[in-house]
Amino acid sequence: MNLHEFLTPIQDICRRPGPFDRIVLTSRVRLARNLKDTPFPGRATKQQRDEHLQIIKPVVESLTSMKKGFSQELNDLADLDRQLLVERHLISRELAKKKQGAAFVLSKDETCSIMINEEDHLRMQVILPGLQVKEAWKAVDKIDTQLENKLPIAFSGRYGFLTACPTNTGTGMRVSAMLHLPGLVIAEHMQQTITAVNKLGLAVRGLYGEGTEALGNVFQISNQMTLGETEFDIIERLNKVVVQIIENEENARAKLLESNPEMVFNNIGRAYGILTNAHVISSKEAKNLLSLLRLGLDLGYFPEMDPEVVDELFIVTEPAHIQHRECKKMSPEERDIMRATQLRERLEGMQRPSMQVIAAKNDDRPDTGESDSSEDTQSDAQDGSGQET
Amino acid sequence: MICNVCQNNEATVHLTQMLEGEIKKIDMCESCAQKQGVDEPGMPLIDLLVGLGPSSSETSEEDETTPSTKRLVCQVCGNSLADFKKTGRLGCSHCYEVFANQMDPMLRSMHKGIKHTGKAPKHFKDDRATRDQLEKLEKKLQKAITEERYEDAAVLRDSIKQLSEQATPADEPSAHP
Ligand SMILES: [Zn+2]
Ligand SMILES: [Zn+2]
Repeated sequence: MNLHEFLTPIQDICRRPGPFDRIVLTSRVRLARNLKDTPFPGRATKQQRDEHLQIIKPVVESLTSMKKGFSQELNDLADLDRQLLVERHLISRELAKKKQGAAFVLSKDETCSIMINEEDHLRMQVILPGLQVKEAWKAVDKIDTQLENKLPIAFSGRYGFLTACPTNTGTGMRVSAMLHLPGLVIAEHMQQTITAVNKLGLAVRGLYGEGTEALGNVFQISNQMTLGETEFDIIERLNKVVVQIIENEENARAKLLESNPEMVFNNIGRAYGILTNAHVISSKEAKNLLSLLRLGLDLGYFPEMDPEVVDELFIVTEPAHIQHRECKKMSPEERDIMRATQLRERLEGMQRPSMQVIAAKNDDRPDTGESDSSEDTQSDAQDGSGQET
Repeated sequence: MICNVCQNNEATVHLTQMLEGEIKKIDMCESCAQKQGVDEPGMPLIDLLVGLGPSSSETSEEDETTPSTKRLVCQVCGNSLADFKKTGRLGCSHCYEVFANQMDPMLRSMHKGIKHTGKAPKHFKDDRATRDQLEKLEKKLQKAITEERYEDAAVLRDSIKQLSEQATPADEPSAHP
């Protein structure tokens, strides 16, 4: 069986439900482990890396969770397939760059992925949909316990699990949750959220945006410290913080709709207009607009639409996925055209957002009164930031 | 704003992270961010700061003035102190003992504590329990001897001998000063 025969179609993966998946896209727990008294991959010779692979791979493949799974060495993997697996979060960018001695093993349902000879001899991760950090930990902990009985794992009573990078020493554990936070971004509350989360020893990654604006309003929250705390404490803290952010995001959305519905409708309406009509679109623009479409879906403005379609489009409009679908290497310009074509095709027949439904509800409120004056101040606030006489 | 890594392109990626109790910021261009893999979970900011700007030249000067530490090399993987400082990476599990003097301050700056309190492999936990038990018996033995209860002491000595035959030696790194 080759990789593409093995992989679950993206639309099926996006259809898997999880707790709070309106806001939490995925939860992931990753453990770093090494063999003792032998060089880590970064210091090992090609021959040593091969020897380590021969020791580790059969043990990983024999795990109960890897039954009917898939394993491959990076040497045998085409460039495009490497990138495709990175886009699906099944292997890391670091592993995708490796050749001799590097390999990965995927479980049948693709929730578990074990990388061999990445920065450490073993990197094992479990990804689940929605907010399931505790469940992901339980799953990866079980795998780790099975492995420790069969492999000589590097561990010290003082420092815990020994890893190539001292930032992973101890538990070797990185917990992360991927959050979709358009409300906090539009309300400009993201900077204060990041500062507050940083103070609790958690990192926030928002990428490729100006300031704190992330690509597609997707942020990743993860623990930074791995030593001096138990796995339970780290997971508990991250879970609590994520629950709080979910609440803040819901509040931000409610407040925006109350104070400035036209601005929200405008954002979503324009996103719909461009995505269904564009002929050239970059990955960055597509992500930012898909995020607004996702927000519109969450708010119930696209009642006819299958909600998983947006999550699916987030992934299938990535460079390697486009090229794989077209079965050829493409320049960035060609991809931008193909991306737009794919979006128009997939969103064809999608009904225009029915945002007046909510607006009508607002009008029913007894204390709304005449909206003329409030509308004036709103539009002033929106496009006249520097015009305060 | 200019990229902190290549000092050339416009920075469009902005990261903040707590480091040594302070919030640090780093700004990068898209291509440097891609190269560094900054969207991977747990990609530590320290990685980007290692080898950036003046800090790396400072450490190399320091190495030259202290020839004794300069010769520190791990026998298992060949990692030298200079390599370790340059890459911020250990070369193997044995490196943690070789660079013990550098480890504690480094780990203290990165983590909540410098003693592991989380999961331990089962065989290690068993050993730890045995060692704890041995320690208790030793204390009882000392007490029995000082109180001149020689029959008790003989029994305790037998138990200690039996237990210590089961236990494997402690594998704590010899980092204690
Ligand atoms: Zn740069
Ligand atoms: Zn070493």
